[in-house]
Amino acid sequence: MIKALIEKLLTPKKGTFGVAASFESVEGILSAVMRARAEGYTKLETYTPFPIHGMDEALGNPPSVLGYIVICIGLCGTATAIALTYWVGAIAYPLVIGGKPLWAIEYTLPIIFELTILFSAFASVLGMLHLNRLPQFYHALFNYSGFSKISDDAFVLVIESQDPKFNAERAKQFLNSIGGHVVEVVEE
Amino acid sequence: MAQQLTQEIEEKDRLALAEMNQPLILGNPSYHDVTRVVSEIVEVRTPKIWYMALALTGGITAILGSMLAYLVWNGIGVWGNNSPVGWGWDITNFVFWIGIGHAGTLISAILFLFRQKWRTSINRFAEAMTLFAVACAGIYPAFHVGRPWRAYWLFPIPIADHGMWQNFRSPLEWDVFAVSTYATVSLLFWFVGLIPDLAILRDRATTKIRRTIYGVLSLGWRSSSTHWKNYEKAYTILAGISTPLVLSVHTIVSFDFAVAILPGWHTTIFPPYFVAGAIFSGFAMVVTLMVIARWVFKVEHIVTMKHLENMCKVMVATGTIVGYAYATEMFIAWYSGNPYEQFTFINRATGPYYWAYWIMISCNVLSPQLFWFKRMRTSIPVMFVVSIIVNIGMWFERFVIIATSLHRDFLPSSWGYFHPTIVDILTFFGTFGLFLTLFLLFLRFLPMIAVQEVKGTMAAEKH
Repeated sequence: MIKALIEKLLTPKKGTFGVAASFESVEGILSAVMRARAEGYTKLETYTPFPIHGMDEALGNPPSVLGYIVICIGLCGTATAIALTYWVGAIAYPLVIGGKPLWAIEYTLPIIFELTILFSAFASVLGMLHLNRLPQFYHALFNYSGFSKISDDAFVLVIESQDPKFNAERAKQFLNSIGGHVVEVVEE
Repeated sequence: MAQQLTQEIEEKDRLALAEMNQPLILGNPSYHDVTRVVSEIVEVRTPKIWYMALALTGGITAILGSMLAYLVWNGIGVWGNNSPVGWGWDITNFVFWIGIGHAGTLISAILFLFRQKWRTSINRFAEAMTLFAVACAGIYPAFHVGRPWRAYWLFPIPIADHGMWQNFRSPLEWDVFAVSTYATVSLLFWFVGLIPDLAILRDRATTKIRRTIYGVLSLGWRSSSTHWKNYEKAYTILAGISTPLVLSVHTIVSFDFAVAILPGWHTTIFPPYFVAGAIFSGFAMVVTLMVIARWVFKVEHIVTMKHLENMCKVMVATGTIVGYAYATEMFIAWYSGNPYEQFTFINRATGPYYWAYWIMISCNVLSPQLFWFKRMRTSIPVMFVVSIIVNIGMWFERFVIIATSLHRDFLPSSWGYFHPTIVDILTFFGTFGLFLTLFLLFLRFLPMIAVQEVKGTMAAEKH
């Protein structure tokens, strides 16, 4: 009873984002993730200066769905180009030049190709931003005192408060025990 | 005896292997060192020399502006274009600039797909060069339409006030789509690559104004594993679609010529020949600018001799492809048995423009052959001079293709000779001002080296 009350007091109303700790190397962060998962934590996120190969597998993240978005929108570009060249050439403004057909794949192919590429490029950039929920000019992690080191050379592991096993004190102890620095409870 | 030989071969193999595995980043710096070295370039107080350089290039850009204003006021008669050479310096310069851009996309996309790790130190720089070169290229078609305020008629947009629509059979219309797509995709690709590095500048910012500007530009990037996962996917897709794109752009530019029935233009070799030439000239421009930038900004340990040497190797490869294409053109002209085709090519090498033809051959085919020798391709002065010579040669290549094919028509009564006007010359000179001004602004305000990619390469090399 008292324990539950203390736990409740330790978790502010406004909400805790999680507990963060910094590590110094690629090996350090990978082994920290392994140990946290072995400990039973599931809601983990890492923040690293560059992408680390094997991190998604270590965290158990599913692969990105961006490819599916891009191929759908890219094919919309193909359809747009066919519709555009057909409508312009055969319906809105038919020009007969040298007896050539009003629409043919041979001479519309460059347009079809370029619009497919253009649509795909926008889909991959805007799709990436959407999947990453960017632009986002406020995030709880910005309150972490080690945040500005992440883009430089710090490898940060966060145990998020959403985790069913989450307990701020225990998470702090755990992260300290596996060699984390700047271990902090990060508030929303 | 045999044993000694085997030992010698083994020793050679070992040395070759050691050379291949030469570290890409020298001096074993830490991640923090790389962040610091690259970020400080844009964080220190603006050096006086930068202002002086900007004043110079800005002045040259002003020449460009005034020449274009003069052209708009008077019409394109102020250029030397006339019958029979209706495409003069404007299209030459357009193809020249667009070709230079191709090296940037090659480095950022094709070398990425081939997992050439050495690209990480130079890709940002080369991509910036692409954008600025395409900006210079775009000026020419936009002003060559004669009434640039009507240039939007090139695009199929319903607001056009003439009730007419585009003819998609025309290679010039394909060009509109190819070049505008290329410019847009290059900008997107460059920006995506910049986001994590802009976040570095945001995190290092000491003043509120810098933090706000770089904070807005980096869109709130926070380097989480989810961010990286989608980012890497987006980057790979962009590289995947940019690869056929960059090949298509110069292919379509070459269609402007190849689809016409003029002898000297109407050949199927044009697309691969133009693409090889574009990569050739683009790498030459990267070398010219990189040699200066790495020395001025003291990043010789990040952009090492190995990077420069690799670029020289690409130059000797593509320069030789270009030379092979010149020979093939000549051979096919003879083999075709077509007297007009034969005349055009004999006229090209021995006619009134023989000087331009032989400048082209000696600059593009002969000068890069120096790079077969390791001592030559690892010498900064040699590569600097050769890279400039190559770009002169590549400009002449486009001029030769355009002027020599046009100046002697089927009817000898309409033969002529092309004379550029002072406006032609100053406009071309002015585009260099614009190109360099944009470059100076880039070097001052954005990280010139892709920091996070270099760190990724360092991490991969450690394992």
